[in-house]
Amino acid sequence: MDLKDKLISSFMAFENNVDVEHPVHDVRMAAIKNFEEKGFPSKKEEAWKYTSLNSLQKIDFSIFPREENTLEYKDVKKYFLHEIDSYKIVFVDGIYSSYLSETTHDGVDICLMSAALTKPMYKPVIDVYFNKVASKDESLTTLNTAFSREGAYIYIPKNKMPKKPIEIIHFATGNEASILLQPRSLVVVEENAEVQIIERHQSLTSNDTLTNAVTEIFAAKSAIVDFYKIQNDAATASLIDNTYVDQKDKSVVNVHTFSFGGKLTRNNLNFYQNGEYIDSTMNGVTILGEKQHVDHYTLVHHMQPNCESHQDYKGIYGDSSIGVFNGKIIVDKIAQKTNAFQKNNNILISDKASINSKPQLEIFADDVKCSHGCTIGQLDEDALFYLQSRGIPKKEARALLMYAFANNVLESVRIPELKTRINKLIAKKLGVNLGFDL
Amino acid sequence: MLKIKDLHASVDDKEILRGINLEVKAGEVHAIMGPNGSGKSTLASVIAGNERFEVTQGSIELSGEDLEEVSPEERAHKGVFLSFQYPVEIPGVSVTNFMKTAINESRKAKGLEDMPAKDMLKLIREKSELLEIDRKFLSRSLNEGFSGGEKKRNEIFQMAMLEPKIAILDETDSGLDIDALRIVASGVNKLKSKDNAVILITHYQRLLEYIVPDFVHVLHNGKIVKSGGKELALELEEKGYDWLKQETAV
Repeated sequence: MDLKDKLISSFMAFENNVDVEHPVHDVRMAAIKNFEEKGFPSKKEEAWKYTSLNSLQKIDFSIFPREENTLEYKDVKKYFLHEIDSYKIVFVDGIYSSYLSETTHDGVDICLMSAALTKPMYKPVIDVYFNKVASKDESLTTLNTAFSREGAYIYIPKNKMPKKPIEIIHFATGNEASILLQPRSLVVVEENAEVQIIERHQSLTSNDTLTNAVTEIFAAKSAIVDFYKIQNDAATASLIDNTYVDQKDKSVVNVHTFSFGGKLTRNNLNFYQNGEYIDSTMNGVTILGEKQHVDHYTLVHHMQPNCESHQDYKGIYGDSSIGVFNGKIIVDKIAQKTNAFQKNNNILISDKASINSKPQLEIFADDVKCSHGCTIGQLDEDALFYLQSRGIPKKEARALLMYAFANNVLESVRIPELKTRINKLIAKKLGVNLGFDL
Repeated sequence: MLKIKDLHASVDDKEILRGINLEVKAGEVHAIMGPNGSGKSTLASVIAGNERFEVTQGSIELSGEDLEEVSPEERAHKGVFLSFQYPVEIPGVSVTNFMKTAINESRKAKGLEDMPAKDMLKLIREKSELLEIDRKFLSRSLNEGFSGGEKKRNEIFQMAMLEPKIAILDETDSGLDIDALRIVASGVNKLKSKDNAVILITHYQRLLEYIVPDFVHVLHNGKIVKSGGKELALELEEKGYDWLKQETAV
């Protein structure tokens, strides 16, 4: 049985474990129907031209974990930003781990989707926001919607800001031969509220894992959201991340994506600007080696006047790694005075590595500033010589140049300890010890 | 200390250096002058080991050791320093961290432990005072947003930190106003000793008023066509380089 058939037949078993009377279940049923019609996307589709899911579909994934697995904090501490205090929403093989988590209801709700989908007190929020910005026809998103049950639920009321950042971590233990995880998260940030979120998917096994995640983010008027995605997963872990952002007047949402690991990663990052004076930022640093594959597929839909969007994706590709950047910007006729900027700069450090970069601009307004730029190059030999002439060996010199290349994206990380941590990950990824913390 | 014999070098099969002979002894200052395109910067790059240039003939020896197979970083460890005409910007890496890396890599190559932080700070303080460099400047990203003068001063600061045996200053005077030139020159003069040597590559005589050379060489078409004492620089300043072209044409 192929993965699609297996998923569809599992839906009935899934229904035995959820409240089918809840209105959300109507949403799930519509979603499974859409997935059944469309199936997994293929390379024939323009949006999936450079990324094939064929080999993943041949793996016999467990759809539900058979047993509850536990982890000791000391064994997974390094995956947390333990240098600072944070709220934590942690899942082990898709199941909430209360032991590793630190949730709160103190003025804000930082808890679980399973609770939000079942308890009446959350129903008003679920009714207004659940599945409202996520696509209802993109097949992988609807696959997640159909099985939506667990994930992070974050609700920040008007004028509030949680005392500390929130970490969302999804662990895969490998106690299952190979596992498919489908976390579903909802982040609602009300007027003038603010939140910082760090998200990570971490496989602890050499068994195959596939995560098909959906996160919906709603930023109300003047809300500020910083979302950091740390993708440094094991070589057998694949991720399809579908993130949908809905923004109202004067809100600011920044999504940073750091892609250093994993086997196959696809980031579908979608911004919808439903108001004026909105600021949307998408920044990324991708450093790949071996046969890693990362595909960044971004969309910004400017639907109202006077808004801005900024995209800055830096990529460094070694060995036989493959990168894809597809950045789509739509400016509606009404969206005058839009400023939309997109940059995608890449360095290939191996003859076998490749990058496909494609800007896609659809502009229907006439008074806008839109720019896009894509570069693909090698490391500057003169710069390398400069560093070597100071006694810095070639490997370290190359690493310094690559670090400098990605620096402006790193500078925009607003949690200093996270910035330090990412710098260390970069140094490790580049295989150097420069004798100081970058 | 530095012995260059019949050095030929080319880039993309185009010969730029066509048989350079030059000997620099410890304690000496040599100036290399010449018109644009004569090969001055290429000579500097080749001594420092830039792999963009291919040495097709001849040799460079440092303290009796042939440098042919020696990488740029190993040359630096052995005491070669090149002050660049166009220093490279490295965003995100402070001047201090850059110098720490450079010094400790050099120590590592010599089998030494990293320099203790206390000693490093002391060294940085001492050398930055020598070049009249503000402490705040040292925490800025290397060369990023530096003015032309700041870049050159920073190059000489690096030279002071690394204490090379032979320092090649490639057009260090270009882009400097008179005050910056004085500071840079006085820094170089203070670093000069009987155990090290300096090669000044310059287009103009101006720098040589502050750093007085023992020898002046004129480079033209990849060859040293004339050598003399410091008075040769003045002669060049007066006559320009046109006579060279006539002389070589004949």
